[in-house]
Amino acid sequence: MSIEVRNIHKNFGQFKALNNVSLKVENGELLALLGPSGSGKTSLLRIVAGLDFHDAGQVLFSGQDARDQKVKDRGVGFVFQHYALFRHMTVFENIAFGLRVQPRPVRPSEQKIREKVTELLKLIQLEWVVDRYPWQLSGGQRQRIALARALAVKPRVLLLDEPFGSLDAQVRKELRLWLRRFHDESHITTLFVTHDQEEALEVADRIVVMNQGRIEQVGTPEDVYHNPVNAFVLNFLGNVNFFHCRLAEGKAIIGDTALEVPGLSVDQPKAAKLYVRPNQFRLSRGPGKGTSLKAVVEFINPAGTLVKVNLKADTGERLHVEITQEEYRQLKLVKAMAVFVSLKDVSYSEYVQTAA
Amino acid sequence: MNTRTEPVVIRRLFIGIALGFFGLFIVLPLICVFYHAFSKGWVVYLQALAHPDALAAMRLTVITALVAVPLNLVFGVAASWAIAKFDFKGRDLLLSLIDLPLSVSPVIAGLIFVLIFGAQGALGPWLRAHNIHVIFALPGIILATIFVTFPMVARELIPVMRSQGNEEEEAALTLGASGWKTFWMVSVPNIRWGILYGIILCNARAMGEFGAVSVVSGHIRGLTNTLPLHVEILYNEYQSAAAFAAASILVLLAIVTLVAKTVIEAVIRRGHTA
Repeated sequence: MSIEVRNIHKNFGQFKALNNVSLKVENGELLALLGPSGSGKTSLLRIVAGLDFHDAGQVLFSGQDARDQKVKDRGVGFVFQHYALFRHMTVFENIAFGLRVQPRPVRPSEQKIREKVTELLKLIQLEWVVDRYPWQLSGGQRQRIALARALAVKPRVLLLDEPFGSLDAQVRKELRLWLRRFHDESHITTLFVTHDQEEALEVADRIVVMNQGRIEQVGTPEDVYHNPVNAFVLNFLGNVNFFHCRLAEGKAIIGDTALEVPGLSVDQPKAAKLYVRPNQFRLSRGPGKGTSLKAVVEFINPAGTLVKVNLKADTGERLHVEITQEEYRQLKLVKAMAVFVSLKDVSYSEYVQTAA
Repeated sequence: MNTRTEPVVIRRLFIGIALGFFGLFIVLPLICVFYHAFSKGWVVYLQALAHPDALAAMRLTVITALVAVPLNLVFGVAASWAIAKFDFKGRDLLLSLIDLPLSVSPVIAGLIFVLIFGAQGALGPWLRAHNIHVIFALPGIILATIFVTFPMVARELIPVMRSQGNEEEEAALTLGASGWKTFWMVSVPNIRWGILYGIILCNARAMGEFGAVSVVSGHIRGLTNTLPLHVEILYNEYQSAAAFAAASILVLLAIVTLVAKTVIEAVIRRGHTA
């Protein structure tokens, strides 16, 4: 089922939680709502579920206005950040709940309920916890039970509110891969809220970046990461270094150092903000070809796939740079060592925001 | 971890003071009640309890509690549900109004009903014309009891419900449950120990209430005397053994309440830490 929201407005008193938001989630898509807290992503999810009400605009399920549909009739599976499992019921009763509350004529038999619950427990690989209570389970197990409970009623859409937000990093990674695999098999239209850009980039078909009640950008992970429409999206989707500079033909002038920016063309020199991802720097021991920025190594963290290096440039800027282990070995970097920084040959122009 | 740095003497002194107060003001009076109750032997004790007036007083007390507690239970659950789960105008006002009976002297509470339903009261003439007796009759006693026990259930449930939040109810709704089913299958089971706790406290107060009931009852022997009023009458008539015998029933009720309260608190705590 596709979901469409049109021109949604939602205010909490003076606070504009959602300000004219329009979005279409295609049938079978896995879409991430990404943004900082207070950006309106959870409000939007709750409005789609029918748990909150918008002040203006429309919510459409497969083209049908859902205004008069109550929560229970919308066919949404909702998974809460804090699981919201029924604390006084066993895992079995939790998962069976949605089947048991169906009206008598369509309610499955006890035998069918048992089969369905067993099937779902198998799907989430937790058959052995069937008689336990939620408080006897770990966070990751609880969240999988919550997913199974939502799936029991065969929802037309799955709505997940920060589903992995309160789990350990390790469990979080496992579960999001599991979610991706599950979606690849089930193709159930899924909308999930997260403030973790890595999670969104890794799991979603498309990402909706939200900020202050508005949608900043919608696109594939590749798209929003490499072609951000503004500094907010760029910032939110990963670490980035930021310079005040003047841009001239092929050069960014920072302080009195002119740094080469390959492929940049500017009609006349302009003041600008320059954004550079940590992996878009090149470090060398001596001044390389062209101009480069001189800097001192402040901190090195070699524990990881990439080596993280913090530098302080002569111009005063602090830079976060990531280099490969191989580069790190060749450079023989140590603390307090002087290095030269230049920009790699990548497309930067979209990272350049010309200020007035 | 040993953080106790006070000298032993001071520690013992404070513990001694606490125990002394406890003994003087709680234990000693309780022993006195039973001592006086049995001062003339088992036979007098049982006779005092089996006296028709005593039995009538007990029956009236039980009837009053049987009406007042369920009504306050319904009210308490409804009010705490509304206050804890919904945001509406006047919520804070309702919250403070619920506490009103706790801050008003019970005598005033009784007087309010006399002023409304009494012979000279606002509704007095109308009630007399329709031959309905409220003051100096069972309805007045029940009304006064409901008034003073009004906050008991709601007070217990509001913090419990607030701490549990709305998510389980919302989950139930998304799973296709109606509001009614959600209430009975999710909300009520989650507060069942809180409800029991509230009922016990409410019941103890309903059966023990003196001031408000005293004003509206009229002290008609065998008719409008509750157990606490019965105790007072016997005592004023210098039948101290009988008075303390009746009082011992109230004390036993208090002890049972205390034990039940402790057990339920332990259950609730286990539920929280688990």
